Amino acid sequence: MILKMVIVFGGLLGAFAYLSLVERKVMAFVQMRPGPNRVGPFGLLQPIADGLKFLFKEQVQPTAANPWLYLAAPLISIIPALLSFSVIPFGPALQVTDLNVGLLVVFAVGSLSVYGIVLGGWASNSKYPLIASMRSSAQMISYELSLTLSVVGVLLLANTLSLVELVRSQEGTWLGFLPKWNVFLQPIGFIIYMIAATAESNRLPFDLAESEQELVSGWHTEYSGMKFGMYMLAEYGNLTASVCIATILFFGGWNGPSFGPDWLVMILPTIWFILKIAVFIFIYVLARATVPRIRYDQLMRFGWKYLLPVALANILITSFLVAIS
Amino acid sequence: MIEVMFFFFAALAIGAAINVVVQKHVLYSALSLIVLLIAMSGLFILLQADFLAVINVIVYAGAIMVLFVFVIMLLNLPQDEDGADRLRWLKFLGVPMGLFLLFMILSTIWGARTVDGVEPRLVGSPEAIGRSLFTDFMLPFEVTSLLILIALMGAVVFAKKEL
Repeated sequence: MILKMVIVFGGLLGAFAYLSLVERKVMAFVQMRPGPNRVGPFGLLQPIADGLKFLFKEQVQPTAANPWLYLAAPLISIIPALLSFSVIPFGPALQVTDLNVGLLVVFAVGSLSVYGIVLGGWASNSKYPLIASMRSSAQMISYELSLTLSVVGVLLLANTLSLVELVRSQEGTWLGFLPKWNVFLQPIGFIIYMIAATAESNRLPFDLAESEQELVSGWHTEYSGMKFGMYMLAEYGNLTASVCIATILFFGGWNGPSFGPDWLVMILPTIWFILKIAVFIFIYVLARATVPRIRYDQLMRFGWKYLLPVALANILITSFLVAIS
Repeated sequence: MIEVMFFFFAALAIGAAINVVVQKHVLYSALSLIVLLIAMSGLFILLQADFLAVINVIVYAGAIMVLFVFVIMLLNLPQDEDGADRLRWLKFLGVPMGLFLLFMILSTIWGARTVDGVEPRLVGSPEAIGRSLFTDFMLPFEVTSLLILIALMGAVVFAKKEL
């Protein structure tokens, strides 16, 4: 149990640090520039250099800031981001704990992550962070509804809330070649989930809370050093968690071909899972490099007038089909 | 271990609940309320009602309290004492209402019986809650949804000057 915790959380923290490098490298590739390439071969040691810089930077705190909340906000941000990984199965054996409401735990913890942003923006006592935190809270409330409703279709089909059973329900193939993934049964649900999850993790085209051109740097304008580093880790954590859930719900989790000797059979599921996550993250980074940010009124109108009704209709149709079959 | 966890969550809940009332600034009260809700979820988990615990966090701590915090920030209320003055008469109403609530809680606790042979995990599971919602508690469930709908429409009517 403790070994699993160490493997999962140690691996994740390392992965989050390197996600920043992946993001910078892929964006550099899209924009036809080399990206970070000074520290180590191909810039591979860049995250370590960044981490050291975070640690040794001077701790600057605005005098007008609310001291306790200013310190607590990055922690409030990172704890939920890491907590959701305690229920995510990375493989048949690699899961910290299996709850029968695992999916809801991820959503519950994810819904708490907004407080890190909101309190950080408020406690900084500065106008840009405050605007960002208000935008962020309104955005999170609006898109959380669609996010939760988008997965109900899958839950109706699988008839469980446990993440392990959700993965198991997608074992096997149709007609011998098409994997039994829920994405083929719930394409609309998947699209809604991806849009809402992007909005929830404050990524482009929904990064209204951070929009550099108007708000300097959004809610973490007044943060520097390791506190800023924690915000970055939390952002990557939330992104990875939402991608993990997308993989588990719609793309069969750790399911995949299994072959070779015993040791390979044992680690293959985890490798499939990580590969699927990597593809998703690559798409997210590509989106960040290519998609423009939408306006705030467009964000609200899209969330409430289009995304939510479509999600509700999807549930209605799915439950009707489940009932007659 | 469970006893230690129980006392931890119980102390946290009571401390946070007192803090909600004592704090002068509205935002601190709201934050204490969030802590209280999370502590309550911890107590629910100890009672093996995982589903309720998680729903409690999603609905109250994750959605309703975000709205509260949002409104507090939007209005950016100064720490004024006028509000407290204007609501002075509520103090006199508060005492009988608090006593009534206390009476209700105590009568419920005294009226509670221990039931043997019931697996707590089966009562708290999503299946069991769903089943009882759609059989025994069908009417209250539907009436609640109607109530929420009315509240929603009322909010729209208040917010929009002209429809």
